Amino acid sequence: MTHISPIAPTRRNFLKIGLAAGGGLIVGLRLPGTRMAEAANAGAPFAPNAFIRISPDERIVFIMSHTEVGQGVTTSASMLIAEELEVGLDQITTDFAPPNNALYTDPNLGEQATGGSTSTLAGWEPLRIAGATTRVMLIEAAAQRWRVDPATCVAQRGVVRESARGRSASYGQLAEAASSLPVPKDVKLKAYSQFTLIGTPQKRLDTPGKVNGSLQFGMDVKVPGMKIATVAASPVRGGKLRAINEAAARAVPGVRDVVKLDDAVAVVGDHYWAAISGLRAAAATWDDGPNGNLTSKGIVASLKEASEADGYTAKTRGDAHAAIANAAKRREAVYQLPFLAHAPMEPINTTVYVRPDGADVWVGTQVPPRAQNAIATATGLKPEQVTVHNQYMGGAFGRRLDVDSVEQAGRIAKNLGYPVKIIWSREEDIAQDFVRPYYYDRVSAGLDADNKVVGWTHRTTCSSVMARWAPGGMVQGGKLDPDTVEGAAETPYDFPAQINQVVLHETPGVITAWWRGVGPTHNLFVVEGFIDELAAEAGMDPVEFRRRMLGHNPRALAVLNLAAEKSGWGSPLPKGTGRGVMVQFAFNSYLSTVLKVSVSDRGEIALHEAHVALDVGPVVNPDTLAAQAQGGLIFGLSMAMFNEIDHDKGRVVQSNFHDYRVLRMNEAPDVQVHIVSNPTAPIGGVGEAGTASAAPALANAIFAATGKRLRRIPFASQMAQVGRS
Amino acid sequence: MFELIVNGQSHQVDVAPDMPVLWVLRDVLGMTGTKFGCGIAQCGACTVHADGDPVRSCLLTIADAQGRQITTIEAVGETPEGARVQKLWLDKEVVQCGFCQSGQIMAAAALLKRVPNPTDKDIDDAMSGNLCRCGTYVRIREAIHAAAA
Repeated sequence: MTHISPIAPTRRNFLKIGLAAGGGLIVGLRLPGTRMAEAANAGAPFAPNAFIRISPDERIVFIMSHTEVGQGVTTSASMLIAEELEVGLDQITTDFAPPNNALYTDPNLGEQATGGSTSTLAGWEPLRIAGATTRVMLIEAAAQRWRVDPATCVAQRGVVRESARGRSASYGQLAEAASSLPVPKDVKLKAYSQFTLIGTPQKRLDTPGKVNGSLQFGMDVKVPGMKIATVAASPVRGGKLRAINEAAARAVPGVRDVVKLDDAVAVVGDHYWAAISGLRAAAATWDDGPNGNLTSKGIVASLKEASEADGYTAKTRGDAHAAIANAAKRREAVYQLPFLAHAPMEPINTTVYVRPDGADVWVGTQVPPRAQNAIATATGLKPEQVTVHNQYMGGAFGRRLDVDSVEQAGRIAKNLGYPVKIIWSREEDIAQDFVRPYYYDRVSAGLDADNKVVGWTHRTTCSSVMARWAPGGMVQGGKLDPDTVEGAAETPYDFPAQINQVVLHETPGVITAWWRGVGPTHNLFVVEGFIDELAAEAGMDPVEFRRRMLGHNPRALAVLNLAAEKSGWGSPLPKGTGRGVMVQFAFNSYLSTVLKVSVSDRGEIALHEAHVALDVGPVVNPDTLAAQAQGGLIFGLSMAMFNEIDHDKGRVVQSNFHDYRVLRMNEAPDVQVHIVSNPTAPIGGVGEAGTASAAPALANAIFAATGKRLRRIPFASQMAQVGRS
Repeated sequence: MFELIVNGQSHQVDVAPDMPVLWVLRDVLGMTGTKFGCGIAQCGACTVHADGDPVRSCLLTIADAQGRQITTIEAVGETPEGARVQKLWLDKEVVQCGFCQSGQIMAAAALLKRVPNPTDKDIDDAMSGNLCRCGTYVRIREAIHAAAA
C-alpha cells in the first residue's frame, strides 16, 4: 500500500480542492459546522476528514481516516463514499490515512483514532457529503464541456452521461476540469430509500487477501536490510535492567546485536528464532523497584477499602437513599471485574528504521499521530520527520490505542543503523499489556410494592483510563472520567431516583487502558446483573420485570421483545439449563441478548446458543453488522468465562493462551443476530455492543440454570469450585 | 544445512536444528502467510500441512521436517479442499481481522480431506485447536458444512 499525502487546507471552505501531481482532482472534506481553521489556531477539537483522489488514469482512491482492525470499516466506509459518488465498490482503492489530526480527527474521540465503536458514526454524514460533492462537481465539469444543463446529466459507475446526444465521459477524463470548479456548498444527499448500496450486504474488500496469505499485516512487513528483534522489559512496572549475559546472547548463531535500555533488553538477529534464543540466553535480571511487592490480594483489598468512602457524585436524580430506605424491598451487592489483557491474535510488533534525518515506522496502530509522536519522542526527531506506514491489524481491541511498544521500538532502533522489526513474544504481550481496569462496584436498589425500582445507587471504584490517555476528555471540571459511568449513569430504565458515584483509585505499578466495550462492558455487567437480582427478589420473570420499566423506551423494548421471542423465552428447559437476558443502550445502539447455557453437576458451563436483537438505526453493511454482533459477543464470553490478569511479586501471573483462555470452537455458542430496521433513527455503533452484553447475559443464564448468582468475573473457575447445586 | 520442501519446492537453509519451521518460512524464506500467534501450539495460527496432516509449525523443528512435504496457506488453494474452503470462507464472510484464518483454513482443508462430510463433532475435534480472537467460530462452522455439501 502506498500513501498519498493529502493537501492541507489553506482556507476556510467546506471542501478544499487542488490539482494533484498528474492533474487529478483531490477533494478533502470536513464536517459541516465545524471550524477547522479556527480550531487549528485555538487548539479546539478538530473535525473529521477523509479524502477522495481521482486521477486521469481512472484511479479512485479513498483515503480512510479510520483503521482496519477486522471490524470491516474498509468496506463500510467505502460504501458511504461510493453510494453518493456513484461508483462501484470494485472501482475504489482504499488507503490508510497518514497521521494528521488536523485532517482526520474523529469528532467522537477528539483525535485521529479508531475506537469506541465510532467509525461509522463519524463517517456517516461526512463521507456521503464527500461523495456527493465530488459527484456534483464531476457532473458540472461534464455539463460545461458539453454546454448542457447539468440536470440532463447523470453519473453512474464512474461515468457521466447526458441524454440529449448520448455523450459520456469518465470520472478520470473529467477530473482535471472538475478540479477548477467552485465547490458546491449544500449538496443534497439521498434519502435512505434511495440508497442502492448502503443497507445491502456487500462483500468485504479486505478479505480475499486474508484467505490466501497474501495480505500484509504489520507482522509481515519486509524492508530491505531488515533484521528481526525481540525484547524483554522489566516484568515489574517501574523496574530496571540489572544485568544480562551478553556474551551468551551473542554466541547464539544468527544474533547480530544486543541493545540494553534502562528498563528492557532487545536482542537482534537474522530471524526471530535467533532473537528469541539470544534473549533467553541473555537471562536478564532486574531491579524490581517500588512495585515488586504487588499482589492481586493486596490490590483488591486496597480497592475494597477505597470503595467504602463516598466518591465523586457523577449523577444524582431525586433522593435515592431515601427512596431505598422507604422501599418495600431492598437489596445490595458488590460486583467485581478483573484486570484484562487484550491479547489480539497478532502479537505486538513494530518495524522501524531510524536515520539521523528521519525515520520510517511500519505498524498497525489505532492512533497514527500518537505512533508518529512516539517515534519522535524516542529518537529526538521532529514528528514531521517520522513517516508512519499504517498496516492492517490482526485485532486490536484497544491494545493498539496505546503506543508504548512503538516508543520502545524507537528507543531500540535508534541504536541500530538498519531497519528492525521488533516482535514481542506472546508472553511479553501478556506481561507488558496495559490492562483494562479492575472495577470494584457497590450497588443497591429498592423496589416499591408494585415491584418497580424506586431508588438505585451505584458506586464504582477503579482507576481512570481517560485521566492517563486523554486528560482533556475528563468532564465535570476534570473530576469525572465519563467512561467510568458509561452504561451506568444512563440506563434504559430511567430510575426515578438514582445516584452514581466514582472513587478514582490508582494502583501503582499497573497501567490501565481501553478494552473492547469500554465503560459499557464494565457497567452493564453490574446494572443488568443487578436488575436480574431484583427480578428474582420480586419473584418475577426477568424479561417481564424489565418490560414493565421500559414503557417509555420503545426501541429498548423492541429489541428486548425480539430477543425474547426469537430465543423461545419461557419455553421449558431441562434441569441445569437456563436462559439469561439483558438489554442495553450503548454506543448509540440498542441491543438485547438472550443466552442459553447449561451447567453440569461438576459446575462445567456449556454455552448453547445466543439470540442478539440489534437496533443501530440505519444499517450500512448488514452482514458486517451481524458479524460484529456475533464476534463481539463471543469475545465478551471468553472474558466472562475465563479471563483475569493477576499479579504476584509485582509480575503478571498469566503468560499465554493456556492460562489466558479464549473460547474455542467446541466451546463457542451458536449466535443468531436479528436486526431491527430503523433507518430514520440516529446511527449507532456495533463493534463493541455485543461484547458489552456478554457477561450479564451469561451471569443471568447461570443463575437461571443453577440459582447461583455470580458477581465476580471470570465465571468458569468459580462454577467449577462450587458445582451446580 | 537443512532441506525444507515447501509447496513442492526444495529450499536449502542454514539454520539451527531446533529452529521451528514457522520462522524458517517467515524470516528465512519470506513466506509470511503462516502466522505467529503464541509460539506454544495453543492457538493454531501457524498451522501448515506436513504430508497432508495439520501441524503447528511453531513447534515443528526444521530437523523434524526433513523429508516431509510442507504445504502452506500460499499453496493450499491448489488442492481441491483448500480451494473450496477459501471460496466458502469468502462466500460466508467468515473473516474479520484475518490473522488466525491462515491456520483455520489449513485445519479445515485437512479436515475435509480426511472427512469429506464432517459432523459438528468432527468440526469441534478438528478445529478446537485454532483460536479466533474475533470470534468467527459460528461462520467457520457454517463454511465448513457448506464446503462439504
